[in-house]
Amino acid sequence: MDPPQLQPYQSQPPLTKPQVTTYRCMRCRTPNEIKPREPIRCLDCGYRILMKERTKRMVQFEAR
Amino acid sequence: MALADRNRVVVLEDRVENVSGADFPMSIDGQDVAFNLESFKDSFDIKIVHVTATEIEFDLVGVDASIANALRRILIAEIPTMAIEKVYMINNTGVVQDEVLAHRLGLLPIDADPNEFQWKRADSVPTDQNTIVFKLDVACEVDRSAAAGETDPKKKYINSAVYSSHLVWDPKGDQEQRFATKPIRPVHDDILITKLRPGQAVTCELHCDKGVGKDHSKFSPVATASYRLLPEIQILEDITGDDAELFRSCFPPGVVEVVEEQGVRKARVVNPRKDTVSREVLRHKQFEGKVRLTRVRDHFIFSVESTGIIAPEELVSKALDVLMEKCDIAKAALARAVKSSEEDE
Repeated sequence: MDPPQLQPYQSQPPLTKPQVTTYRCMRCRTPNEIKPREPIRCLDCGYRILMKERTKRMVQFEAR
Repeated sequence: MALADRNRVVVLEDRVENVSGADFPMSIDGQDVAFNLESFKDSFDIKIVHVTATEIEFDLVGVDASIANALRRILIAEIPTMAIEKVYMINNTGVVQDEVLAHRLGLLPIDADPNEFQWKRADSVPTDQNTIVFKLDVACEVDRSAAAGETDPKKKYINSAVYSSHLVWDPKGDQEQRFATKPIRPVHDDILITKLRPGQAVTCELHCDKGVGKDHSKFSPVATASYRLLPEIQILEDITGDDAELFRSCFPPGVVEVVEEQGVRKARVVNPRKDTVSREVLRHKQFEGKVRLTRVRDHFIFSVESTGIIAPEELVSKALDVLMEKCDIAKAALARAVKSSEEDE
């Protein structure tokens, strides 16, 4: 009897969606979706200063 | 020392003398001047000088500084009010950082009767009995109707400044019915919280708790609560002629007047209350030995300025209630201490 065929532990790395973060151009204010290792540059106007968007999550503060 | 001088603080040109009280047994010529309820009842007096919607001035006469100071400290630190304690920031893209904005919101006086609310302990959850909820949701945009070339941000943009009037009370549970006659709102509508420019917005939820000033000064119901001792100007020798005019000019207007008596101009003190005790009069050679500046040690001129949450006269009576409560606690503790020491013997 053949031993049960063992599944190889992850023959391929799982397909992860490349992390996309939205940044806003500091000159023309258009949102830019930038993936890791991509040049930091506005696709619309070419400006090189981009600003990360604020979190959509609620943040708690003590009024002190 | 003369009997009348015992409760006077003497202000000299380079120092202040006779500062401490001497109301303890056998301190003066073997006389018993210790505290005594009967004589206290005779000498004690409260005179209300003026009351406005936010301010009260009254004279507290015949008590020790410790009592007056206790009252002042209770007014500042131990009368509860409601104030914003938790800020749930959903969006803030303005220039003022989240934590700074939260701090500024916390300092707003909230017109809500603290008696209507329970204390929120560290382990208790927010309910309609201990929490007031406000919503703040303001976004700034360009005003299309503004004239071209307009430079004033208030006209150029809509919501360029966020004021306390932008806070919207969100009644929870039965709060709407409970406060139907007097809806909860900030005391003042024109307190600037932050400024915005087109595209910027602030969205948050605010939770108010009950607290006292010793925890955080935002809970303090008074803007100031202070007292000063009544100034007294003693003229030991008549000041006449041109000296009288000079004497008058040494004090704020209304303190000293020049009167004519049998053809002689004479200085007379009319309202020492207004004096700032600047000691200007002590700089002049011609008044040496003729005048003495003092303050009455047991006459306190109290000034209480409310933030607008609690009426000033109510504040004082509340402070006295707190003081009485403290005395009850101290009396019970003393009785227990005496009892246990007797048992030890």
